[in-house]
Amino acid sequence: MAQPLVKKDDDQDDEVEYSPFYGIEKGAVLQEARVFNDPQLDPRRCSQVITKLLYLLNQGDTFTQREATEVFFAVTKLFQSRDIGLRRMVYLIIKELSPSSDEVIIVTSSLMKDMNSKTDMYRANAIRVLCRITDGTLLTQIERYLKQAIVDKNPVVASAALISGIHLLQTNPEIVKRWSNEVQEAVQSRAALVQFHALALLHQIRQNDRLAVSKLVTSLTRGTVRSPLAQCLLIRYTSQVIRESSGNTQPGERPFFDYLESCLRHKAEMVILEAARAITELNGVTNRELTPAITVLQLFLSSSKPVLRFAAVRTLNKVAMTHPLAVTNCNIDMESLISDQNRSIATLAITTLLKTGNESSVDRLMKQITNFMSDIADEFKIVVVEAIRSLCLKFPLKYRSLMNFLSNILREEGGFEYKKAIVDSIVILIRDIPEAKESGLLHLCEFIEDCEFTYLSTQILHFLGIEGPKTSDPSKYIRYIYNRVHLENATVRASAVTTLAKFGAMVESLKPRIFVLLRRCLYDNDDEVRDRATLYLKTLGADDTAAITDAKEFLFGSLDVPLTNLEASLKNYEPSDEPFDITSVPREVKSQPLAEKRAPGRTATGLAAPATTTSTIDTYESLISSIPEFSSFGKLFKSSAPVELTEAETEYAVNVVKHIFDGHVLFQYNCTNTIPEQLLENVTVVVDASDAEEFSEIASKPLQSLPYDSPGQTFVAFEKTEGPTVGKFSNILKFTVKEVDPSTGEAEDDGVDDEYQLEDLEVVAADYMQKVGVSNFRNAWESMGPDCERVDEYGLGPRESLAEAVTAVINLLGMQPCEGTEVVPSNSRSHSCLLSGVFIGGVKVLVRLSFGIDGQKDVAMKLAVRSEDESISDAIHEIVASG
Amino acid sequence: MAHFASSRDLCPTIKNILLLDSEGKRIAVKYFSDDWPTNGAKLAFEKSVFTRTLKTNARTEAEIAMFENNIVIYKFVQDVHFFVTGGDNDNELVLASVLQGFCEAVALILRNNVDKNEALENLDLILLCIDEIVDGGMILETDAATIAGKVASHNVDAGAPLSEQTLTQAFATAREHLTRSLLT
Repeated sequence: MAQPLVKKDDDQDDEVEYSPFYGIEKGAVLQEARVFNDPQLDPRRCSQVITKLLYLLNQGDTFTQREATEVFFAVTKLFQSRDIGLRRMVYLIIKELSPSSDEVIIVTSSLMKDMNSKTDMYRANAIRVLCRITDGTLLTQIERYLKQAIVDKNPVVASAALISGIHLLQTNPEIVKRWSNEVQEAVQSRAALVQFHALALLHQIRQNDRLAVSKLVTSLTRGTVRSPLAQCLLIRYTSQVIRESSGNTQPGERPFFDYLESCLRHKAEMVILEAARAITELNGVTNRELTPAITVLQLFLSSSKPVLRFAAVRTLNKVAMTHPLAVTNCNIDMESLISDQNRSIATLAITTLLKTGNESSVDRLMKQITNFMSDIADEFKIVVVEAIRSLCLKFPLKYRSLMNFLSNILREEGGFEYKKAIVDSIVILIRDIPEAKESGLLHLCEFIEDCEFTYLSTQILHFLGIEGPKTSDPSKYIRYIYNRVHLENATVRASAVTTLAKFGAMVESLKPRIFVLLRRCLYDNDDEVRDRATLYLKTLGADDTAAITDAKEFLFGSLDVPLTNLEASLKNYEPSDEPFDITSVPREVKSQPLAEKRAPGRTATGLAAPATTTSTIDTYESLISSIPEFSSFGKLFKSSAPVELTEAETEYAVNVVKHIFDGHVLFQYNCTNTIPEQLLENVTVVVDASDAEEFSEIASKPLQSLPYDSPGQTFVAFEKTEGPTVGKFSNILKFTVKEVDPSTGEAEDDGVDDEYQLEDLEVVAADYMQKVGVSNFRNAWESMGPDCERVDEYGLGPRESLAEAVTAVINLLGMQPCEGTEVVPSNSRSHSCLLSGVFIGGVKVLVRLSFGIDGQKDVAMKLAVRSEDESISDAIHEIVASG
Repeated sequence: MAHFASSRDLCPTIKNILLLDSEGKRIAVKYFSDDWPTNGAKLAFEKSVFTRTLKTNARTEAEIAMFENNIVIYKFVQDVHFFVTGGDNDNELVLASVLQGFCEAVALILRNNVDKNEALENLDLILLCIDEIVDGGMILETDAATIAGKVASHNVDAGAPLSEQTLTQAFATAREHLTRSLLT
């Protein structure tokens, strides 16, 4: 007998790194595994060897196929032993070895014997092992036993069978679905965990049958579910039913809300949390519905358990994105969390406060954050930076203190991602808040003086080249830029040269000085830097104006071919006498980028920042200009958010983006084929515009082929009369279907023509309005003057709440709310809302809305419009009057 | 389509259970999700979790942290670090109940001597314990006494002095000794 595991020696305990597995070696353990073949088994010894094997696997060692097979066969011999402890280890290692299907047969009979054993522990474990390693064929043989096990009086056995059912449902759904009677019985079990497992399995069996799920929820929410875990599941299922049934119920009488609210009084904290979270995530949740949930979450904020505080603050953080005012009651508790030991909790508290804060509390908050920033990790800092950016956009008047904060943290230590987040934020603030431009640019200039990240330096230099020449005193930036040429690596030097050239092209007075600087760059030791300097000296030095315009076009114009296509073409280019021709690069964008993919339901994390959409319009613009049929429409004025034209989970998913031009409207239909066995070809959308008389179809672009799960676009273009023309369109998707052989992925040659009815689509007045904010509404309003002001009053009739009325009018006009006035304090009887936007034709529009609500919930509204054109002011009133 | 949360997503799922020592080395780990496909990815995750949580005080109450869309709940006892990882839409308190069950069950199994050496010496029991808590990501049991009971039942320690054994255990051991002596 080999020596057993060495017992701990107390003397050397403290000095030497001690482990019972010290010096363990795979080859030796595999040798030891031969004891499994001994005619006289030593259970204790065998257990130790199995433990060693498991230890090796756990440390990341792997067995070759042959080693695994040998160990597996040896282990099967151990079923002869009647030692219970050893049998448990045998079960464990069989699961770890995950034998192949032809090996499984060896243990099947032993396991089936154990499944019928009198010992509950054997039964439960044998079920789990067998279901883990088995395939469908064996399952029919043991199905009878599994059904019995589900209703076994021993909860361990029942749970083992139910959990196995949950796993098997993935591979053999048709078999598991036959067990639903037994599972239903198990849902009534007195054992808490059995109830939980049974409910999970039952829901998974029925998940595609909405009616059945709805029935399940209805009956269980009335009855008593004892297990807290099962209760949590039931809450999730309930909110799913609520989500799916919304739309066909009246507002104010939400089904199952009473159940969710009653769960807030449950004795288990996990149930309370689940219910509170479910309520805050209800679609269009009202303040009255939110209140009880917020109250329990507020209590959690001061809990002694970090997990509970985290859960509460994370939930409230999410609520603050949509209902900032509902969370303000928790602000005092939230502020005390800024100093929480757990930095995740502190960060969430800070960002929540930044979202709910008002203009007057900004300075105080910033002071608290400054102390806090030094001792948190970079990824938390990024979250804070992003929250500060949105705060600054909300309160532009506070830009000075917020910009100072950003520039201070920019100077401190930090990794690339963090610095990039700060730089991005400053760039966005410069773009959106004109007053912040000069100070922001100087902060960036100072940053590149001592910036270790090449990428950031080049990005900032590029940005400086565009914004710098437009400032009041461009010359002050030159020094910072030229310093780069002395001190940096070749990549940064090259972009500094380009930036200098941009100043030279735009600012005539600086040109001679720029030339001197560029000439010095001709002696640089890097090719690219010298080439650029030579090129710019040549083009900018030209005498005729045409050449200068060319040079500017070259410096500032955007590359009108997709970068990936250009890269591919350049790779294919073979060196020859013929120069590379940029017009030969294909302009078609291969597949639409992810910008339109909907975020899956619940994954938005509390720590994630709100997505920025600034790049979406650029993407659309380059996509459209790459299609010759539509390139003559001029500048894209606005692209709407995608509008779904199909129900979720249908065969073909289609949404449409409305692109608005001065004289044209272009519908971009994004189609997705969700059937793996089909290939669609020649996909078009036939649009009936008989209800839209002022539109006439002029062009369309079919989609050649639409394979499974690879989105594609088809376009239809309309000519329209000037101004905000509205209309309604009905759509039919037409295509040729070809069957696809799933095994080879090849499509058949012959197809069948088919069509698919889509939902109607409307072009509304709001489509002609760009959301463009102003930094100081009062100044803008005063400077616009009352010349083209139009004021009128409207009755909006009975509304659900004041907030709902305000939101409805904002959506109708499609304008940007300013200074946070889109948020209506709860219980207020009147509200003023400030909106700004740019109407088609580039006309600035400012709107002042005053709302009042009476006891019968009748809402009245006074609408004052100022714009640069009185006909536009009238048009805005027209929209409201007809909307 | 994938846009909609399937029923499986609605069910709380455990992505891994980790038991590391005070240097971040593995004592026992079990992964239930494919988020970390290679051993390298697993080790990298363990390292980042370990270093990020090292300085926190998770001795009296379980602590919590977010890692790339995962929630990690953790607790330290002596030189043993317990971790339970779940997805970011899971209920934190459900994950915490799993961690609590795990910690307390290990304490029962190791008779309150929770340290790295004890854990390694009883690695078989620790592995069985993890096996009894979570099955393929589904929570199997969270009650510490039940878990420890399932793990420890009938686990006869034949080498221990007779005085520490119950009568039945002693009987079984005696029988084992007898058969062994008869056969050799």
